[in-house]
Amino acid sequence: MNAATAPATPILQVDGLVVEYAVPAGVFRAVDGVGFAVERGATLAIVGESGCGKSTIARSLVRLITPTRGSILLDGHDIARMPERRLRPLRPRIQMVFQDPYGSLDPHLSAAEIVAEPLRQRGVRSKAERATEAAGLIDRVGLPAGALDRRPPEFSGGQRQRIGIARALASRPDVLVLDEATSALDVSVQAQVLALLREIQRESGLTYLFISHNLGVVREISDDVLVMNRGRIVERGPTARVLAAPEHPYTRALRAAALDPSAIEGRKPRAVLAAALAPTTEGAAP
Amino acid sequence: MTATATGAPGPGDGFPAEVPLLRVSDLQVELITEAGVVRAVDGVSFEIRAGETVTIIGESGSGKSTTAMGLLRLLPDDLAVLSGHALVQGRDTVADPRAAAEVRGRAVSLIPQDPMTALSPVHTIGRQLLETVRLRRGDLDRSAARDRAVSLLTQVRIADPEQQLRRYPHQLSGGMLQRVLIAMALACEPALLIADEPTSALDVTVQAGILDLLLELQEQTGAGILMITHDLGVARLVSDRIHVMRGGRFVESGEAEQIVGDPAEEYTRALLRSVPALGPWDGAGTAAATAPEGDR
Ligand SMILES: Nc1ncnc2c1ncn2[C@@H]1O[C@H](COP(=O)(O)OP(=O)(O)OP(=O)(O)O)[C@@H](O)[C@H]1O
Ligand SMILES: Nc1ncnc2c1ncn2[C@@H]1O[C@H](COP(=O)(O)OP(=O)(O)OP(=O)(O)O)[C@@H](O)[C@H]1O
Ligand SMILES: [Mg+2]
Ligand SMILES: [Mg+2]
Repeated sequence: MNAATAPATPILQVDGLVVEYAVPAGVFRAVDGVGFAVERGATLAIVGESGCGKSTIARSLVRLITPTRGSILLDGHDIARMPERRLRPLRPRIQMVFQDPYGSLDPHLSAAEIVAEPLRQRGVRSKAERATEAAGLIDRVGLPAGALDRRPPEFSGGQRQRIGIARALASRPDVLVLDEATSALDVSVQAQVLALLREIQRESGLTYLFISHNLGVVREISDDVLVMNRGRIVERGPTARVLAAPEHPYTRALRAAALDPSAIEGRKPRAVLAAALAPTTEGAAP
Repeated sequence: MTATATGAPGPGDGFPAEVPLLRVSDLQVELITEAGVVRAVDGVSFEIRAGETVTIIGESGSGKSTTAMGLLRLLPDDLAVLSGHALVQGRDTVADPRAAAEVRGRAVSLIPQDPMTALSPVHTIGRQLLETVRLRRGDLDRSAARDRAVSLLTQVRIADPEQQLRRYPHQLSGGMLQRVLIAMALACEPALLIADEPTSALDVTVQAGILDLLLELQEQTGAGILMITHDLGVARLVSDRIHVMRGGRFVESGEAEQIVGDPAEEYTRALLRSVPALGPWDGAGTAAATAPEGDR
């Protein structure tokens, strides 16, 4: 965003990223030579078909997995294959909100404890201070005060997702990777969370990598967008441009099939849906 | 109201078409927690007939999943206290836990919001899907069941289905897992399908394919669908009726067209207002702009 004030070196620079998984049939290459850079304080979105490798990139960036090849420069440090001992102090600087709100929170801790934990790692010594800040974050993601003492199994899907967001924000990272972080949220809570993310970005210059399949959300939150297909980037550019005039057939299909509630009239016969499905449709919806 | 429902063949077992597949009346679900009793579902009533799709929309935490899990009695007994009635093909699951156990996976199947409530992390997708297929189709031998499993995965647009059968759940992406759950639910060939956010992890192209598949199933078998979604586009596309839920109650109910096109409640209007606009595009002006928001 703030091109004028942004420092010249990107906070995150990824080059030639390749990630392979061992599978029964041998090796599966989920990410196949991906490169991009994000300026400090900017938001880069990644969109692409289910299974194209988005979460794999996310997990590599926060080093839950070690990429097969390539470099990941976080503020100049290549963390792609950095040994854990050196990586440890850098970990708080790049955090992630996980796609699965069910498996990613410790079911034995209360929401307040989950959000307070990164504060301890950040060196906030006083327990009272941690509790106050955790409560503040839980409030800012739109959860009621009664949520503090409850444990993850006692929350709905969208509520858990917001606990994950509060926890990630508690680390005060430089880069926050959000993997489908608002996909379980209804539109009004989603709008509230997006507004919060923007506000924090304005306040602190936080950088977002925003993975989403929701083009409306992508348009609202991101400066630039990458479109992926089968482990590769097939299109990139300023979000407004890519969504208004997509070039790659996959991006065009995405755009054509987007269900805009105000543009839909009545329950659709299957034929109309089928039209929305055809790749590179022209004239999908009536 | 029952609009296009008629004409569809009745769902299995010669069940009389005039009785709703599902009739829920004054369902309450109270959750017993350390902090006290929470009434997560506070007296909801609705019904679904063969061939109909009824959708529940509403904000996060409003009680949608608890409604679905409650009427199928999938909430632990020491957590949830149910009252009211939920008649599945005429049998009351609230009054009779055995009825609930008998309809689950046969007359009714659930696509749960949390994939891991339906999948085991220690078994392959293939093993779990085959088990479900054979539960319904005891007559199929191993290889025929396998063929059926592959065809189900193909129908939900999973690439390389044979490969995926050999994988464990954690080796699939979020959207792939969601589609495996849909395949498992379809394997049951249910008369009533309850789908809790079934396409929330899917991009629009895949989502359209899945919705098409569900509607096709409905056309062919006359299945009823209870859809839970926060996506108003999806709701408008597939629903005959929509119930808008808030704080455990339905605050507005009506035909899909009316709820999305002309909502009476401020709460519903607020839900609609917050849909992020897609903005202009050059694609033959089709999905073109909703009112430009000028927010950014
Ligand atoms: N095991 C539990 N113990 C205590 N409270 C619970 C439990 N499960 C759910 N709740 C509460 O009950 C309410 C309804 O939850 P439910 O999961 O039905 O919401 P939902 O409408 O499905 O939301 P979402 O769209 O976020 O999935 C929420 O306020 C939630 O916090
Ligand atoms: N641990 C693993 N072992 C083997 N294969 C894996 C593993 N994790 C992911 N994959 C495969 O890698 C590919 C990319 O998965 P990934 O989770 O990155 O996709 P995604 O773009 O995030 O999809 P979605 O939108 O559905 O979440 C998929 O084909 C998936 O099956
Ligand atoms: Mg993913
Ligand atoms: Mg839910």
